Amino acid sequence: MAGDAPKPPAADEDPVELISRSRYRRMLLRVVLSVSAVALLPLLTMSAIAYYQYQAAFRAELTRPMVRFAEAGKQSLESFLSERLAALALVLRETRIDELRDPARLDSLLVGMKQTFGGIVDLGLIDEQGVQVAYAGPYALTGRSYAGQPWFQEALARGSCVSDVFLGYRNLPHIVVAVHQELPAGPSVVLRATIDTDVFHWLVRDRGTRRPGQESVCLRCHSLAVPPFSDAFIINDDGVLQTPSRLYGDVLTRARLPALPLSTGTELVETTDADGSPVVAAWARIARSPFTLVLLSPLEPLHAGWRSLGRELVLFPSISAILILAIIIGGGIYVVRQAREEDRKRAALYHKMEYTNKLAAIGRLGAGVAHEINNPLAIITQKAGLLRDLLTISAELPSRERMVDLIDSVLKSAERCGGITHRLLGFAKHMDVQREAIDLDLLLREVLGFLEKEAAYRSIRIDFAHGHEPPPILSDRGQLQQVFLNIINNAFAAVEDGGRIEIDINQTGSNEVAVSIADNGIGIPEPQLEQIFDPFFTTKKGAGTGLGLSITWGIVQKLGGQIGVRSRVGEGTCFTVTLPIDGESGQER
Amino acid sequence: MEALRVLIVDDEHEWVSALTERLGLRGFAARGVTDGEAALARLRADPFDVALVDVKMPGLGGLDLVQAIKAEWPELPVILLTGHSSARDAERGLAMGAWDCLLKPVQIDDLVRVLRAAARGEVTP
Repeated sequence: MAGDAPKPPAADEDPVELISRSRYRRMLLRVVLSVSAVALLPLLTMSAIAYYQYQAAFRAELTRPMVRFAEAGKQSLESFLSERLAALALVLRETRIDELRDPARLDSLLVGMKQTFGGIVDLGLIDEQGVQVAYAGPYALTGRSYAGQPWFQEALARGSCVSDVFLGYRNLPHIVVAVHQELPAGPSVVLRATIDTDVFHWLVRDRGTRRPGQESVCLRCHSLAVPPFSDAFIINDDGVLQTPSRLYGDVLTRARLPALPLSTGTELVETTDADGSPVVAAWARIARSPFTLVLLSPLEPLHAGWRSLGRELVLFPSISAILILAIIIGGGIYVVRQAREEDRKRAALYHKMEYTNKLAAIGRLGAGVAHEINNPLAIITQKAGLLRDLLTISAELPSRERMVDLIDSVLKSAERCGGITHRLLGFAKHMDVQREAIDLDLLLREVLGFLEKEAAYRSIRIDFAHGHEPPPILSDRGQLQQVFLNIINNAFAAVEDGGRIEIDINQTGSNEVAVSIADNGIGIPEPQLEQIFDPFFTTKKGAGTGLGLSITWGIVQKLGGQIGVRSRVGEGTCFTVTLPIDGESGQER
Repeated sequence: MEALRVLIVDDEHEWVSALTERLGLRGFAARGVTDGEAALARLRADPFDVALVDVKMPGLGGLDLVQAIKAEWPELPVILLTGHSSARDAERGLAMGAWDCLLKPVQIDDLVRVLRAAARGEVTP
């Protein structure tokens, strides 16, 4: 027991323990969640909106030129083809058939058309049976039959036709535009022209540049170039490439293309190509022809560019969010810790107030009772005293000695009652504290002086030690004597004969001195430890008033100090009284 | 030696009568009254060497009585008796000129000693 560190009384610790930790964890969680919601939600929402808007803008940046290109390409190709069909129709209408049958005339027409429109390789006049009756151009194709050609049949049926790219007799890829005319006085004829696929290719891929080998002719064109990373080409209705593609094959091969929905307008769709790579496709159907202009762009460059920007867009808010969250959590922990400390102090104060109020209430009741008893007790004392006086002076009374003994016994009991009433009155009284400089060492020796005889009689060893010379403290001498007398008396009651009591004085703070009084007595069971400062609680059955420690507690509080106890049954008890050196600390009552 | 004349003032008649008799047995000429007014009347009627006054009394209280006695008989020593262990009452009484203040219940021998000292006109203990 001796040497145990002083500990504040259990009564002061309980409320702190009562405040559950989980309550503060929930409080911290609520603070962090609510502040995070207020602080982070707008940031994250704004970041998400920015992210998706940037993504959409980034995508539009890629797809808008593609749509523009497809639209412009469609217009160019449609006007290119319709101009040539119109030219052929004009020639048929304005020129007599016999003139057209004249190769020289046809030649001059070809030259004129080449100069006016460009892109035309040759001209041919085909009769109703499909035989080319006149031809102007670089190949020897007069007399050839085209009866079996689909374009010829279509021209007969519809009046005009634009063919797919095919090899034909010349064994070179070319396109035929043909116009059919019913002659009023005879069989119908078809005038056809061959379009150079190089021109077609140029229209698709290299618009805006001068066409090779056609220095003087300016085709009506737009200056839009193919967007970077993109592939532009024409396919026919069967998916056969009509112009070579950088990525999907050469002319007249079947392109390995994603399925494109049929549409008359300009369309844009994200899909995957035959290899499974993501692509964005823009396409436009060329009117009055079997052609579809296709622009394909792989999404990978878009994704790569987006990934780089997206990383920055994610990184910045993420770092901000982590910083904010760290600040919120740190702040939350600080705030909750402060709140907990405040609660702890408040709870301790409430507990103390409750205890003090309880003491005061009991004190008032006790004082009332004591005061009422005091007067009859004084009468008993005086009457018994008078009786004793009378007995003492009347010598001849029989059994006089016995009567005096009995009266003495009554007086002794009355005196004991008087002691109790005095203590009860003392319990309630609000005496002013008379502070003076006190040498604790001397004061304790004085107190021990009262008990010297009993210690010697019972062979109780008292060890009195202090490390350094304890500083004098400012306090009330009489009340401090009562405090230590009460505690040391209790220690005497607790130890067996031959027991040991250790008294130790230590300066425990700049303004704090602790006096510990430890015994090796019977000890106090744990459940009783919390009650020992309660009024009327006693373990000395029939011998104590149960007011000693309660009064002690009250005095120590009044002197601005604290009293603590720790005990183990069978080992002993240690009371520690902590007192302010300047007499000002603590709450005075 | 002439018996010391003591006036006992206390509202508890039984106590007053017992104490009067006990002091009588010890050679005092003790007289008892049970209120302040009666005490003043008695003092006007007979001379006393010392007055023993209870602090708490109905009507004229002990402290008021001390004041009245000191106004009329400044030389008469007054000893206060209090049932309360109240330092404040004691201090006030002493400030008003009471010779001493004793705590009830008081031992007869102590009381006798104090009464004799007061009557001898000793300086306040």
